[in-house]
Amino acid sequence: MELYKLSAYELHNLIKGKEVSVEEVVTSLLQRIKKVEERVKAFLSFYQKEALNEARKWDKKISGGEEVGPLAGIPIAIKDNLCLDSAETSCASNILKGFYPPYSATVLNKLNKAGTILLGKTNMDEFAMGSSTENSAFQITRNPWNLETAPGGSSGGSAAAVASGEVPFALGSDTGGSIRQPAALCGVVGLKPTYGRVSRYGLVAFASSLDQIGPIAKTVRDCAYLLQAISGKDELDSTSLDYPVSDYIQCLIPDLQGMKIGLPKEYFITGIEEEVKKKVITATKVIQELGAQIEEISLPHTKYAVATYYLIATAEASSNLARYDGVGYGYRTQERTNLIDMYKRSRQEGFGDEVKRRIMLGTYVLSKGYHDDYYGKAQRVRTLIKNDFDKAFKDFDAIITPTSPTVAFNLGEKTEDPLKMYLSDVFTISANLAGIPGISIPCGFNKNGLPIGLQILGKPFDEKTILRIAYAYEQNTEWHKRRPGI
Amino acid sequence: MNYLVNIGLEVHVELLTQSKLFCGCSIKFGMPPNTQTCPVCLGLPGVLPVINEKAVEYAIYTALALHCKINQLCRFARKNYYYPDLPKNYQISQYEEPLARNGYLEFEVENKLKKIEIERIHLEEDAGKLIHGETKGNIQEKELSFVDYNRTGIPLMEIVSSPTISSPQEAYQYLTDLKRILRYLRVSDCNMEEGSLRCDANISLAPEGERMGTKTELKNMNSFKEIREGLSAEIKRQSYLLDKGEKIIQETRLWDAEKRRTRSMRSKEEAHDYRYFPEPDLLPLEIDKRRQQKVKAKIPEMPQERCQRFIIKYGLPPYDAGVLTESRNLADYFEECLESFPYYKQVSNWIMGEFLRLVKKENVAIDKVKVTPAQTGELLNYLKKGTISGKLAKLIFQEMFKTGKEAEEIIETGGLKQITDETSLEKVVGEVLKENPQGVNDFKAGKEKALGYLVGQIMKKTKGKANPQLVNRFLREKISNLPQ
Repeated sequence: MELYKLSAYELHNLIKGKEVSVEEVVTSLLQRIKKVEERVKAFLSFYQKEALNEARKWDKKISGGEEVGPLAGIPIAIKDNLCLDSAETSCASNILKGFYPPYSATVLNKLNKAGTILLGKTNMDEFAMGSSTENSAFQITRNPWNLETAPGGSSGGSAAAVASGEVPFALGSDTGGSIRQPAALCGVVGLKPTYGRVSRYGLVAFASSLDQIGPIAKTVRDCAYLLQAISGKDELDSTSLDYPVSDYIQCLIPDLQGMKIGLPKEYFITGIEEEVKKKVITATKVIQELGAQIEEISLPHTKYAVATYYLIATAEASSNLARYDGVGYGYRTQERTNLIDMYKRSRQEGFGDEVKRRIMLGTYVLSKGYHDDYYGKAQRVRTLIKNDFDKAFKDFDAIITPTSPTVAFNLGEKTEDPLKMYLSDVFTISANLAGIPGISIPCGFNKNGLPIGLQILGKPFDEKTILRIAYAYEQNTEWHKRRPGI
Repeated sequence: MNYLVNIGLEVHVELLTQSKLFCGCSIKFGMPPNTQTCPVCLGLPGVLPVINEKAVEYAIYTALALHCKINQLCRFARKNYYYPDLPKNYQISQYEEPLARNGYLEFEVENKLKKIEIERIHLEEDAGKLIHGETKGNIQEKELSFVDYNRTGIPLMEIVSSPTISSPQEAYQYLTDLKRILRYLRVSDCNMEEGSLRCDANISLAPEGERMGTKTELKNMNSFKEIREGLSAEIKRQSYLLDKGEKIIQETRLWDAEKRRTRSMRSKEEAHDYRYFPEPDLLPLEIDKRRQQKVKAKIPEMPQERCQRFIIKYGLPPYDAGVLTESRNLADYFEECLESFPYYKQVSNWIMGEFLRLVKKENVAIDKVKVTPAQTGELLNYLKKGTISGKLAKLIFQEMFKTGKEAEEIIETGGLKQITDETSLEKVVGEVLKENPQGVNDFKAGKEKALGYLVGQIMKKTKGKANPQLVNRFLREKISNLPQ
């Protein structure tokens, strides 16, 4: 049996039934990594030895009769912007290369408690700024479905690792679509929780009011398990909410009777690839057959989302990234004449182009004389976008859209044109601005065999509804069973 | 020419919380560099601030005591600027939505009552400290700069007055009264030397009858006296320029304590653009009416009211009442003494005299004094009953002050009880008269001073335990009974 092909849930059942040992699972995955990683380049670091030690510990515990939780002994990968105690956390940036935080992100402490086994940290766009993972300072990650294409981003490493069978699931972070878009482009499931559902403590900030950590997995069920483990109020994150965490497993029923789902017309126009549009429409028909009622709706402020996002996200980023100055930690330039010179050179040499572009944009947005026209106005539009959703959710349980207007694009295709790259997130950004949850699931392939993603958006803290719709759809289609031939 | 002076003061005080504003680190002063830090106050990647509720309470408390309106919803904001003592390169402060607005402080200056508006009170985090020009030990090394982050993140409360203070003396009095109130509230120790109170001033001059002039901002004054002096120097400088018909440049100036003048630091054009925006890592702070009521109930009697009450209730002279209510601890001490010895003026005299003398001499804080108010009251009882003499009481009190022992214990073990027993005292008087015929003769010859000498001899023999009234009476009797 090739264990690396299985989902976390399937692995759990085998481990629980003592049909396989955790060590066998870990070994199988490490072998898989050895086989494909050279081509995919999803990881920035590995914890092979530690993982095997952990695996043996779990095996001992299990043979000793210890209760086996759903995540116990299941290998996982995490995006490199999640701080892990005493492990390099670089955000794929030269400015943080060699930074070893003395603390772990809350989600990692929770995973540790649940028993997952950390295999390594995954590649990403530098500081999560990008939609193709090409902005990593260290390496290019390739899409396992076609190695000449990008895996999407910024959590491209995590999505590619799951798609290529290097891990059953992984954690990513999503500021404007960074979980959902790469999940769509890699043919896996990715969920961005409601803002405040998962603690951000230990997630290196890009845009604090938009960032959320979430799962990327092969199946909806695995996503639900992972979400269950990482959700909840955290005293260390004031913006995490004390809202009861639902049972995300119980809600997984393959039936959508009585559900009302909106299809926003604004998401089916500009720049969308015909095949993407067709597959998404076909998917809505399947969902309709499962008992849901589908109606066209309007989210009139959608067209302002990208502009709004790039004002707010860059403004916050310009401030969040000010701390990388060469003073206390991280990269410091070798040559310097004075303090200002040290700041300038350290940042000039340490940051990549896209990060610099966004810092400059954000600094400008907040500057005297422009502050209200840009930042102030963006905040007001953000409210309008949120109101659009509030209004829609009065009548509808969820909203369905394409995740990305295109399938995976070629490496290098958009790197010279930032605006084109920014439009890759046109359908995912609104959920971050509104703070609502969204999930992307595979809904077909284009004629070149590249995966297409379907996005389901839900009410705040109503992850269970979007999980249920995703699960029902998944159980009645075969897309999630297809694996890249790598 | 005569000018109308307008001064506004920005006072920053460090709050006496246990921990920093956004993390659990201790705020203790004087610890070795960088020993009171954590990932949050060091601004490491990925960490998040969590508000210290005690600091919020202290700010509400102060705002209410200064008659401010509390904003039911206030917000933190990021103030962005680069400096090595600011690890995140932004300071979490409050900007458009401060915790409180529109209060006032009323105080007496040159026998007149003055009311100064408080424009706003807000919370923010302190920055670290830079230490320049040191080496790691090797003398040949280049001199380096170091950062101590112990102070980074200590809660600061900023209190901004309206620019309606009209003289340096008024500014001085405003600060003195504000400090007394803050210490009464026990929200800050307001120690300028340790930097727990800092003050910047802005000042403008306008010809009488005209609108407000161009202001300059004044920094780097390290005591209330320097503030008064710095403001006076700035008034002189500005009026000199205005007299000559020149314009005042809007700028920030530094007080140079050595040269005793102000000098330009940066112009308006060089001023930072702080690019404020709401802090996305913290939710807006809600302070509902109930919480305000709860905090309000804890506000103690303020110094001015207490001073008035001491004058009326205890019949103390205004001067005494002023001294006793200068600090809340002293006023408390006084009132607690009254519980065991309800003679107001005597207690007041004792506290203003012996007590404060020893406090000053031993340099102890009033709340750290070992002798309790009840013990002090007990001693004063012994004194009043005549068990001990005034002189002895002072000696005993010194011992009590040092050790915290009961007066009774010191009297017993030291055999210090006054000799009131007439026969034994008569015997000593007889002896002294025999031994000092010269003194006796002098007194008889009309030299009153000689009596003092004789009293002294008796006190010496009895080690100060003789009751002075008795000694006096006996001496006079005996001498007049002596054969001519």
